[in-house]
Amino acid sequence: MSMEQFQDRNVGKQNYFTVDIEDYPVTGMDKFRRVAKRTFRGELFVGLWVVLREMFKFDIHTVQYPKEKLPIGPRYRAIHQMQRLWESGTERCIGCGLCEKICISDCIRMDTRIDENSRKEVTEYSINLGRCIFCGYCAEVCPELAIVHGGEYENASEQRAHFTLYEDMLTPVDEAISGKQKEFPGFGAITPYEDERVKKTPLAY
Amino acid sequence: MDVAFIIETIIKIVVLLLVFSALAGFGTYFERKVLAFMQRRLGPMHVGPYGLLQIAADGVKLFTKEDIIPQNVVAPIFKIAPVITAATAFMAAAAIPFLPEFTLFGYTVRPIIADVNIGVLYVVGVMAIGLYGPLLGGMASANKWSLISAARAASVFISYEVVTGLALLSPIMLVGSLSLIDMNNYQSDSWMVWSQPVAFVLFVIAAFAETGRTPFHLIANDHEIIDGFGTEYSGMRWGLFFIGEYANMFFISFLTALIFLGGFGDGSFLGALALLGKVAFLFFFFLWTRAAWPDVRPDQLMWLCWKVLMPIAILNIVVTGFVVMFKG
Ligand code: SF4
Ligand code: SF4
Repeated sequence: MSMEQFQDRNVGKQNYFTVDIEDYPVTGMDKFRRVAKRTFRGELFVGLWVVLREMFKFDIHTVQYPKEKLPIGPRYRAIHQMQRLWESGTERCIGCGLCEKICISDCIRMDTRIDENSRKEVTEYSINLGRCIFCGYCAEVCPELAIVHGGEYENASEQRAHFTLYEDMLTPVDEAISGKQKEFPGFGAITPYEDERVKKTPLAY
Repeated sequence: MDVAFIIETIIKIVVLLLVFSALAGFGTYFERKVLAFMQRRLGPMHVGPYGLLQIAADGVKLFTKEDIIPQNVVAPIFKIAPVITAATAFMAAAAIPFLPEFTLFGYTVRPIIADVNIGVLYVVGVMAIGLYGPLLGGMASANKWSLISAARAASVFISYEVVTGLALLSPIMLVGSLSLIDMNNYQSDSWMVWSQPVAFVLFVIAAFAETGRTPFHLIANDHEIIDGFGTEYSGMRWGLFFIGEYANMFFISFLTALIFLGGFGDGSFLGALALLGKVAFLFFFFLWTRAAWPDVRPDQLMWLCWKVLMPIAILNIVVTGFVVMFKG
């Protein structure tokens, strides 16, 4: 469908039609006539028939939640995950601190140090899920595609403060090396076929 | 009065109480299931196979919940109100023949507690007293929603009592007796519904109002999210309201089947089965309409009662009167 008809704001030119609403009855006789008409036109029986038909069709749409679960969209923002690089299995997080900085509910806390190879290394990293509003800013800001939102949404807990640590979120190293780490597990990661979609930055004004 | 009669009556009463309390429980289960299937859901599924033990779970919950008497309620009235609903429902059942006579171990059992000669009058009258349950409960609750609901209950019951009575009058005129057994026997060749279709329709409409079921579910109006007159109730007191409502539904179904739909016929085993089948269908009809039909507003309900149904009922009586007079 083209966007044309949504962008055309000239009311009256499109295919609008006004709904046919009968005048409300004013006099008692008119009201009675309407009731009689509605009674004898069998609308009530149409209603009965429709629900009975649905009962016999038995086309049940219930999802029995703890036993079956609906798939959630990959862009759903549930509990965070920390990704690793593919072949080396190195942690992607470079400890830049952008996520901590941007987090609007101030629930990321991290500590870093410079390791032997003069690389920054994360020593402490925790997210207080009791405060997190799952806005996705951390995943969006991360320059390394390190922190992403996964699909784990069952996180009810007995306490308000509920922390998840770096180690819990991190993909296990063997999984990353053997190529089992899912590259598009959630919000913040690059979507598949990103190469085809990428466009040149338009520089010409 | 001999001892055997008293013992027999007591046994009948106990059986009736147990059976219909249990049926009220099963009624809630069927209601949930039927409504769910009609709305493409599954209904209760987790407690027991197909959720069957849900009834037991609900029972345990109702019995063990704390019985809260809120501040500012008129405690004696508040406490007695649910009992009125349940008790009148069961009292009304005393004059209803639930099955034809049958013989058990050489002893003839009449499954009616008291075949009083004013059966219909008694049943309808006692059911009407049930109005005091919601009314007093709502008024004593010190809660404005309950109060409004009580007002609705009073207006609905009072007006539909009239329709019930007038609708029943013409079958009574035809039969010439108020006993439900006589009514049943009168229909041996042709059901009352064929000779009195108008009265049948009126009675069914009034039955919906009387039991507060869906097209007229504005007494405990669920759409207000709260439970009308039952808002302040908890535990078994609330449960009594429920048992009363469902027992009433069963008894009204029995009444309709007995007066209009041929009852148990000639009293054979098949006749008894047919009666149960008719009652089951009428009960199902109560649930069915709940899935299909919208509710009416209180003013529409009053309008329907006083300006439409009552004149029709009176006309029906007049016509029946003439027919009875001229055809003998
Ligand atoms: S999702 Fe939002 S609130 Fe939660 S950690 Fe990330 S930035 Fe903070
Ligand atoms: S997760 Fe991303 S944004 Fe946060 S510190 Fe690591 S690299 Fe920076």
